[in-house]
Amino acid sequence: MRFETPATTNPIDQLTVIGKPIDRIDGPLKTTGTARYGYEHHEAVPNPAYGYVVGSAIAKGRIADMDLAAVKAAPGVRAIVTADNAGKLGKGERNTATLLGGPEIEHYHQAIALVVADTFEQARAAAGLVHVDYVKAEGAFDLAAVKDTGEPRPLFGGPADTALGDFSGAFAAAPVQLDATYTTPDQAHAMMEPHASIAAWTGDKLTLWTSNQMIAWGVGDVAKTLGIPKENVRLISPFVGGGFGGKLFVRSDALLAALGARAAGRPVKVALQRPLMFNNTTHRPATIQRIRIGATRDGKITAIGHEEWSGNLPGGRPEGAVSQTRLLYAGANRMTATRLAALNLAEGNAMRAPGEASGMMALEIAIDEMAEKLGIDPIEFRILNDTQIDPEKPARPFSQRQLTECFRAGADRFGWSKRNPQPGKVRDGRWTIGIGTAAAFRNNLLVKSAARVRLDNNSTVTVETDMTDIGTGSYTIIAQTAAEMMGVPLEKVVVRLGDSTFPVSSGSGGQFGGNNSTAGVYAACVKLREAIAQKLGFNSAEAEFADGEVRSGNRKVPLAQAAGEGGLTAEDGIEYGDLDKKYQQSTFGAHFVEVGVDVATAEIRVRRMLAVCAAGRILNPKTARSQVIGAMTMGVGAALMEELVVDKRAGFFVNHDLAAYEVPVHADIPHQDMIFLDETDPMSSPMKAKGVAELGICGVAAAVANAVYNATGVRVRDYPITLDKLLEQMPNVG
Amino acid sequence: MRSFTYERARTPAEAAASASRRPDAKFIAGGTNLLDLMKLEIETPAHLIDVNGLALDKIETTQEGGLRIGALVRNTDLAADGRVRRDYGVLSRALLAGASGQLRNMATTAGNLLQRTRCPYFYDTNQPCNKRRPGSGCAAIGGFSRQHAVVGASESCIATHPSDMAVAMRALDAGIETVRPDGATRTIPIAELHRLPGDTPHIETTLMPGELITAVTLPKPVGGKQIYRKVRDRASYAFALVSVAAIVQRDGTGRVALGGVAHKPWRIEAAEAQMPRGAKAVAAQLLADAKPTRQNAFKLALAERTLGAVLAEAKG
Ligand SMILES: Cc1cc2nc3c(=O)[nH]c(=O)nc-3n(C[C@H](O)[C@H](O)[C@H](O)COP(=O)(O)OP(=O)(O)OC[C@H]3O[C@@H](n4cnc5c(N)ncnc54)[C@H](O)[C@@H]3O)c2cc1C
Ligand code: SF4
Repeated sequence: MRFETPATTNPIDQLTVIGKPIDRIDGPLKTTGTARYGYEHHEAVPNPAYGYVVGSAIAKGRIADMDLAAVKAAPGVRAIVTADNAGKLGKGERNTATLLGGPEIEHYHQAIALVVADTFEQARAAAGLVHVDYVKAEGAFDLAAVKDTGEPRPLFGGPADTALGDFSGAFAAAPVQLDATYTTPDQAHAMMEPHASIAAWTGDKLTLWTSNQMIAWGVGDVAKTLGIPKENVRLISPFVGGGFGGKLFVRSDALLAALGARAAGRPVKVALQRPLMFNNTTHRPATIQRIRIGATRDGKITAIGHEEWSGNLPGGRPEGAVSQTRLLYAGANRMTATRLAALNLAEGNAMRAPGEASGMMALEIAIDEMAEKLGIDPIEFRILNDTQIDPEKPARPFSQRQLTECFRAGADRFGWSKRNPQPGKVRDGRWTIGIGTAAAFRNNLLVKSAARVRLDNNSTVTVETDMTDIGTGSYTIIAQTAAEMMGVPLEKVVVRLGDSTFPVSSGSGGQFGGNNSTAGVYAACVKLREAIAQKLGFNSAEAEFADGEVRSGNRKVPLAQAAGEGGLTAEDGIEYGDLDKKYQQSTFGAHFVEVGVDVATAEIRVRRMLAVCAAGRILNPKTARSQVIGAMTMGVGAALMEELVVDKRAGFFVNHDLAAYEVPVHADIPHQDMIFLDETDPMSSPMKAKGVAELGICGVAAAVANAVYNATGVRVRDYPITLDKLLEQMPNVG
Repeated sequence: MRSFTYERARTPAEAAASASRRPDAKFIAGGTNLLDLMKLEIETPAHLIDVNGLALDKIETTQEGGLRIGALVRNTDLAADGRVRRDYGVLSRALLAGASGQLRNMATTAGNLLQRTRCPYFYDTNQPCNKRRPGSGCAAIGGFSRQHAVVGASESCIATHPSDMAVAMRALDAGIETVRPDGATRTIPIAELHRLPGDTPHIETTLMPGELITAVTLPKPVGGKQIYRKVRDRASYAFALVSVAAIVQRDGTGRVALGGVAHKPWRIEAAEAQMPRGAKAVAAQLLADAKPTRQNAFKLALAERTLGAVLAEAKG
């Protein structure tokens, strides 16, 4: 089905199942431990051998010699895979560094060997016996030191640089100016489930049970790396224990499991050990961002400029922190620029809202600073510079844009009017209290997505698509879509996901999974409805599907009967025209945060949070809310604690486990409130929905930062905002 | 993890004797620290002596009116004990500020005292670390040292001792009862249990090879307001940047010990004379010989300010 013109009324608009806060249909499987994750397909692969990954001890250089004699002699060892004996390997289209290093080493903890043994313990013990001689080479590990060698590189969606009008002239002439530099650190996805895979070969055909967000990408990159036809690769990933972008790509667990299984002649399972993950896999790259804003005294932005420097392995991408600045606020004179320098740290890549999450961390502090300079309320300043058209391409309106409405609703609900704009004036015992706000913004992406739908003679509707559920609720919203379309109760829908033998979906990433995968299911259901109508001789445009029946005029036929003995199957997908070219499709929100800062120790604790989101039709308010409050939690982490600390001498992330890479715990997140504004977006798809899961993180950290400023009067421009950055400027006590 | 043999000791003396026969033996109690280190091959004992069956899990009142805490009393049980909560509040509070509920259910009194540093380079066997591999150097010096020691450190090692419990015990003047391989027992004042790193950071305590901790004794209660304040980047489940254990009497005199600043719980009795004069004076003396790194210099101000807040709270 091609989606080329704005959606009109369709069966989804009935909202009998769609739009309801339905519990996750996969919930019982998870709470009873019966959902099978990448490492846990015990029934499918009852007797695997175990692989343990050895990571490089240096960041850059080469392996001079590898002594495996002791490993080979160790109890239970079945195979050892190294670049030396793995045969010729290619590199996945979406990998920057090779997944099996050697003799060349590209980054710390790059996998250099897999030891396969009968038990996990034997594999781990034997892996400790691998002896490697390295020749170290000089590397670049310090972004600030190499940033000026950076070159323009395009973003995930858009060119490296953009410009409109005369930025420098307008900025120089502006009566009120801000010119500030912000930094964000490298961050880790730190999802609960590590990257994990089980590989089994049947002849030259490979089956990989794995944990991956994008099944079709994975099939392609596994095939390319191994040099085998795509048809010979099957990926199965029905449940994913968190990914946040870290599992968009095939990683070393999958490749090494495949190579290990081939070498051992037996299925092999591999999970990346946690301390390896932080340097072995991908991370959100650090940024340095310079923002310049010029405005008239009454608060109209006349010039806005945003420059980003980030680093990556040669061939990698920039973070893309300037992307939202191209769209968020009005201003006739503008520029953005992206520079990427070469670094020899692990590969930087997508993490929840790549680009905007980092960019909003900086931009939304800058806006707060500018509002203060102007003496204008930060919400009013944003509203003053709101725009209904793409500021760089004025011919393109936004499909829907309720940024102002989000701020108005949020201000009301949060009690913004009670905020004291003077910093450091509100006390509650040992705490100095502050309130901050920030806009939320993330683009809505259209990605084609297909599904297969079958109706059985007992009126069960089975949906199959290679879409993944990474904890987001895909199973549930897909079931809701099929139930709505086919007029059956939810219990009559079976959803099967994450298998490369199913039609190719959008996959999960870029907050595009929800809208696109359900739109694909919608398309397949439309086709199935037509097949049913045709079989019954109904006019398909008039046929009504409700209560387990098909009705037309005064005829009605139970679906079970319509299906007949053999059942009926339809397959189709959604493909998009140029509605996202004609209209800018984005999602919007407003974050509100109250923090307390301990007057003596400068410890920062969030006291309450609110997010107001306008993001198209909300297919399931319960799962959508979970996405947003989870993203808010991650935003608090980004604001206050998350940082991969670079050892600039040896070239690696030092705090590479979950004790040292801190993410928020329950005690850090006391009260979260969130509301969705009513919205349907007919430009996005027949579902009229958009993404929410990444919108929720964009801007949160800046809202926290602005609240900390309001509490203390200390402006911290380098994340994370830890107490040592406040301490010197806190008032004297005791 | 290397393979190891395993035995269950029946008496404390037998455990100590067994340990002395094998220099590569280790006691295992809750295992919450030792097993993690073994998985990473930071600890590589060839023999484990399980001490969990030694019936050292009681808390008794001593003749002097203090408490004897068995070496195997779990952190959860110690924190919840009525006598501890009433008379040694600083200890109960310190315990509850540490780790998580699940870990405290397993962690033992002796194991907690002997837990090893959380220096991230100690945890990465690719990196130089004098504590893990004597003579290999110290990666933390000149590296990521935000968490590290500001006092009592050396050119060989700037690690901290991570325990919360031990800081409170230091303020309470605890004694460490042990049995040695020859069956002899002794009591080591807690001040003398942990060593400063010097040029042998791998030797962390004054325990002899094979010496088993059997109990920790607390002198009779000293009263006062007992406060434990732990400062950290997140609200729970994180090690202290700085912590303060304080016992403050009505007249403003008392005791303070600091955590997160040194290779051992940090207390200088002479500094306590300054308590009635306030935190600045106490901190000046406590941290007089501080040699922080650029990354952890903030701990000096933080310790003083935290101490100030604690003394103010004690007064209030
Ligand atoms: C994620 C995490 C967070 C933590 N956070 C904190 C925190 O915030 N604050 C804090 O204080 N602690 C914290 N801890 C550490 C925890 O308190 C210790 O792991 C625990 O107290 C160790 O006790 P155990 O009985 O498990 O010791 P084990 O692991 O069994 O042993 C530790 C050491 O003591 C030796 N040993 C044990 N018993 C005896 C004995 N009777 N005589 C002689 N030697 C003995 C062992 O040989 C070993 O060397 C944390 C731990 C983890 C894993
Ligand atoms: S501080 Fe101590 S524990 Fe850390 S690397 Fe240096 S020697 Fe090792």
